[in-house]
Amino acid sequence: MCLMCELYINNVLILSVTGVRFMMKYVFGGLCVFSLVFAILNRDVAAVSEAALSEAQNAVTLCLTLCGVICLWSGIMRVAQTAGLTELLAGAFKPLLIRLFKGIDPNGRAIGYIVLNISANLLGLGNASTPFGIAAMRELEKEESEGEHATNNMVLFVVLNTASLQLIPTTAAALRLKNGSAAPMEILPCVWITSLAALTVSLSVAKILSKRRRKAGLV
Amino acid sequence: MTVSDFAVPAVFVFVLVYGLYKKVDIFSEFTNGVKEGLHTVYDVFPALFALVLSVGMFRASGGLALISALMSPVTDFLGFPGEVTPLVIMRPFSGSGSVAIFESILGQTGADSFAGRVASVILGSSETTFYVIAVYFAATKVKKTRHALPSALAGDITLWILSGLVVGFWFY
Repeated sequence: MCLMCELYINNVLILSVTGVRFMMKYVFGGLCVFSLVFAILNRDVAAVSEAALSEAQNAVTLCLTLCGVICLWSGIMRVAQTAGLTELLAGAFKPLLIRLFKGIDPNGRAIGYIVLNISANLLGLGNASTPFGIAAMRELEKEESEGEHATNNMVLFVVLNTASLQLIPTTAAALRLKNGSAAPMEILPCVWITSLAALTVSLSVAKILSKRRRKAGLV
Repeated sequence: MTVSDFAVPAVFVFVLVYGLYKKVDIFSEFTNGVKEGLHTVYDVFPALFALVLSVGMFRASGGLALISALMSPVTDFLGFPGEVTPLVIMRPFSGSGSVAIFESILGQTGADSFAGRVASVILGSSETTFYVIAVYFAATKVKKTRHALPSALAGDITLWILSGLVVGFWFY
């Protein structure tokens, strides 16, 4: 990707992250203040004071646990990306996605970025999927802009990203192992079933709402 | 031996063999990836530290139990483990926050308990909904996101209702 695109993407990420940080100060502050309030009400301030020290230690252990699995996975996935596995998956999913996104240019740049984003999501390549996703949104805007209103295809694409497409839930598995699970990956079939069900519901709702609003003339 | 035992080794072998077939220097690419992984951990550590600390204090004060108790009429009806309610609330807003609550739940109930398994399914099958919508639409001029949020939340609610049922059906 060109330097300008990367600069733009970085700016967008910084802006959105600022928004989330803005919210996080209330989450963090709220949790700490209410800890003390509840501790006083429960007459057990010692437990909170002990938790502050033991959880500080636990946070470091937690990060080391995650460090192992994140390094392992980004190593493997870096090989996958260099070998062109994202593009291979993208080729396989393109026909399906062209049918899902009604009216999209099948040879356009938008669908190209969309398939790359979905493939990177499936492989759990968080760092790669977001830039592809942002590029896809901007191409969708060029292709079918409706000004300040999101188009149906934009909504569909965002909904695909708010559903978790990652095939192997590495973070959950690593923390299960840390907490003494006999089989950290045993949840895999359940994760696939629930992800697929949630995705189906999201996409159906998106399709239904897009039609209803169009009939009502709200778009 | 089940499909879940094979998932990780199968992915590893497939990726490495495909890399060799495509004449990729798999060792140096792997180590470059590890370096990127270290950077990722370095970047998330401060937020994760803050949230593990505050969630841990909040649990010790009885706050998490209070939230679970308040929601218990609904969760009991759905057959959903009450301990996992705080995770369902945090999940759409913050990735680090959900990891902190997830760790706290597993520490309390154990990873292989009903609540531990349901929490794992929730963390593994969902995304930081509000964050994703904010980041993606921020890249465009769109101000009216229309049905994006309702559709995404419909999926999150489906997951919340189904996770307890699916885990119950699969394991018990």
